Amino acid sequence: MSEQNIIPTARQEFDRELGRLEAELILMSGLVEKAIYDALNALKNRDIDRSQKVIDEDDHIDQTELEIERYCVELIRRQSPMAGDLRRIVASLQIAGELERIGDYAEGIAKISINMGSQPPLKELIDIPRMGDMAVSMLKRSLEAFISRDADSVRTISVELESEDDEVDDLYAKVQGDLMELVKADPDNAERATYLMWVAHNVERVADRAMNIVERALYQATGELVSGSTQIDASAE
Amino acid sequence: MALHDTDLLSQEGSVENILKFDDIEPVLESKDLSVSYGGQIAVSGVSLQVPKNSVVSLIGPSGCGKSTLLRCFNRMNDLIPSASVQGTVNFAGQNIYAPDIDPTEIRFRIGMVFQRPNPFPKSIYENVAFGPRINGMTDDLDEVVETSLRRAAVWDEVKDRLNDSGLSVSGGQQQRICIARALAVNPEIVLMDEPASALDPISTQAIEQLIQELSSEVTIVIVTHNMQQATRISNYAAVMMAGEERVGRMIEYGTNEQVFGNPKDERTEAYVTGRIG
Repeated sequence: MSEQNIIPTARQEFDRELGRLEAELILMSGLVEKAIYDALNALKNRDIDRSQKVIDEDDHIDQTELEIERYCVELIRRQSPMAGDLRRIVASLQIAGELERIGDYAEGIAKISINMGSQPPLKELIDIPRMGDMAVSMLKRSLEAFISRDADSVRTISVELESEDDEVDDLYAKVQGDLMELVKADPDNAERATYLMWVAHNVERVADRAMNIVERALYQATGELVSGSTQIDASAE
Repeated sequence: MALHDTDLLSQEGSVENILKFDDIEPVLESKDLSVSYGGQIAVSGVSLQVPKNSVVSLIGPSGCGKSTLLRCFNRMNDLIPSASVQGTVNFAGQNIYAPDIDPTEIRFRIGMVFQRPNPFPKSIYENVAFGPRINGMTDDLDEVVETSLRRAAVWDEVKDRLNDSGLSVSGGQQQRICIARALAVNPEIVLMDEPASALDPISTQAIEQLIQELSSEVTIVIVTHNMQQATRISNYAAVMMAGEERVGRMIEYGTNEQVFGNPKDERTEAYVTGRIG
């Protein structure tokens, strides 16, 4: 058997590093999904210990974001990436930031849960957990779009998520309406209504962040810069 | 993309991937330009528009015809006996390859700076004054020399040694003196063939800064292997590619943001990301 040169080329090494970056993002998204689930379940079950764990674990999410940021900067410094490689690293940086903010929303929900103390939620938690399920599903799909790096797949997922985001927004409006009615019926409900309003707000923001992530996925795949209804072509004069 | 697919590398670029300037008159334009050496095609079918006061970089792997293309723009290929040029290069409303065009006159208006600094074995002053002298521009030569050396960002370094040989200064200074020499006859375009590749990083930085400053007054077309340099100093990039048959073709031409950020041709993507080269 002839000797083979097993030393990877610089390009192969760079591809491995990009793969590692992707893996780190996937791990981070897993941490964040768990944080949202744990925070909402802790709220529903009045599990203060679990809420505190969500708060404590947010430091780990923050640390992960910083490590990804440092890694991206290191890759940019060493590799001077161009074209798709550059977009991939820039999008990764941005997505890490979005995930970190989602982690903060989970922490916020956990803090509200603790602040509620022994008080039961003002109303049975049905819509808010449903919002949570949809938001986490959107988050998973947005990461799927990013990993695919395929323009058609990203566009398809983006359209699906837009529709789901509208559903989340509708549920949010319903929750707000229901809570306002409860406050009107009895002003003493205001404090507990406010707690749930903030929880619903945080979950709705998770869905918005998932939309931001799919926009970054679109940028990575196509170079198009999209934010909400605004779009520019990054390569135009 | 299959990186060993030489058929793909040999294919012409899509017309849609070649930038056209519909609303401005280009200062330089090649139309279906081809170059052969001794019957062997080196560059095929290049149609390129260069806007005024822009910096256009020509990039691509070694041997894809970048320097050959560059030399077409001021008829330097005329000096190669086996070279043959088809197509047109329009400058100032005329095809520079028309029979009644004087190539020497073209080379005053479209100057050239080469990879290795090549000052004449004359004083710094005489290097810069050479072009104006033979062009009959002998009034105020001192002023012309000073202005040109200032424009080339080297006056302060050589003003006290203008009578020293052009070969007595550093490589970076020599190259800037060569640029001053080209500027002394007030060209409209300056062609640069890897002007910094033989220089140290500090001198390279000086040349890059000079190019950016000059581009407000002259149009620059530059061949470079350094993609980071191309992104720093140019506005537009033209990508040349050759397959196994070694025929260079332009496969993409666009803004830097497009070519280096989101290329339209997969071969450009492969080249700028280092997958082929």
